[in-house]
Amino acid sequence: MTANTLADPARGAGSVPESATDCDLVYFSSASGYTKRFMEKLGLPCARIPLYATGPRLVATRPFVLVLPTYGGEEGRHSVPPQVVRFLNDERNRSLLRGVIGAGNTNFGKAYCLAAMKIAAKCDVPLLYRFELMGTSEDVDRVREGLEEFWTPKSQNRP
Amino acid sequence: MTEKVKLLSHVEAINWNRIQDEKDVEVWNRLVNNFWLPEKVPLSNDIQSWGTLTAEEKTLTMRVFTGLTLLDTLQGTVGAVSLIPDALTPHEEAVYTNIAFMESVHAKSYSSIFSTLCSTKEIDDAFRWSVENPNLQKKAQIVESYYLGDDPLKKKIASTLLESFLFYSGFYLPMYWSSRAKLTNTADLIRLIIRDEAVHGYYIGYKFQKGLEGLSEERRQELKDWTYELLFELYENEVQYTHDLYDGVGLSEDVKKFLHYNANKALMNLGYEAMFPATVTDVNPAILSALSPNADENHDFFSGSGSSYVIGKAVNTEDEDWDF
Repeated sequence: MTANTLADPARGAGSVPESATDCDLVYFSSASGYTKRFMEKLGLPCARIPLYATGPRLVATRPFVLVLPTYGGEEGRHSVPPQVVRFLNDERNRSLLRGVIGAGNTNFGKAYCLAAMKIAAKCDVPLLYRFELMGTSEDVDRVREGLEEFWTPKSQNRP
Repeated sequence: MTEKVKLLSHVEAINWNRIQDEKDVEVWNRLVNNFWLPEKVPLSNDIQSWGTLTAEEKTLTMRVFTGLTLLDTLQGTVGAVSLIPDALTPHEEAVYTNIAFMESVHAKSYSSIFSTLCSTKEIDDAFRWSVENPNLQKKAQIVESYYLGDDPLKKKIASTLLESFLFYSGFYLPMYWSSRAKLTNTADLIRLIIRDEAVHGYYIGYKFQKGLEGLSEERRQELKDWTYELLFELYENEVQYTHDLYDGVGLSEDVKKFLHYNANKALMNLGYEAMFPATVTDVNPAILSALSPNADENHDFFSGSGSSYVIGKAVNTEDEDWDF
């Protein structure tokens, strides 16, 4: 974790404090923490989108990949957690988003990894990978290798 | 009478405006929004398709569904109810009452399938089989013995393994028929059950992990070892049960991959690492896409060649609170 809290002079006194991160992996995980477990297994530097609105707002300072879960869905509605919508509504974050990785459960049928698919379509970035629950060791290996290749200049220059 | 007085002294009015665990509200809302009844599914559209199955395939299908009925009955009347006394919050108790009721809806929905497709004699024969099959009875007995036991965390382990693992030798078959464009309405109903069981397994597994907090390393290790032992005991029995059911139609090996895949997911619901390696969890892609139409690996950038990757544009994002 390399996040550090910054004052934001542009927003004046009384605004929500911000926390800048230079990690190229940002994730959301609910209180059940399955996505957090996956990130721990991955073992790469990463920053977590705060669970509560009272926490400092996370601001990305370099291109990043977003990892987030979908647990069910009411016929596909409200699948993207409000904390993630809030994070992406910040233009600074949205402009640096390069790809999405989804966590989910195939038992949710059409809603499997729906939040990740929605964000990829909405922000016009690739859906890089999907895994179930907290991921198997094979998932961890494939994401680690995939990210390494994804961040090479050659991959980043692909039209 | 004494018992009633004791109960009253223990129960407090539930206040949904004071929440100790947000997960309780989230899961309650999810379950309520997922609520369904078998009457909403047009099962009678499957009558013609049912007529195309051979006698052996029909018997297999009915046996699978009576087996699932037994598990749902057990979970509705014993399993979910047995979790109530150990709940950490009043809202957790309320969620279990929801789970118990939905299990009864599931159990009843198999009877809707039967009454739509089969004769009374066929139905009675299938239920008789469910009473007489030793492997089916054994799995129910193993789980029930822990539901009636006095270890709150072992109850949750047994319950999660039932919700997330034991159903799948049965769920395989309607997914198989669906992949061959047979009994597709029945498959729609089963997918609703699968979705519910996934939320149940997730929630009970989450509460199990909450229960582990603050326990000694020794006790945690004991529960972890116990989980793998119980899973292995149930797995061995599931393999026998799978052979009883599917050998005649030659699907046992395919079903076993589905068992391994779901055993791993059951363990993950409890916060434990997967046990079966990827070499034995390679579920038939037709079954996987019957389960989730977008489970196809080729959607993923890391799995495919990258260059063939196309970003999906058909996703409806209207109701999320975007402001860009």
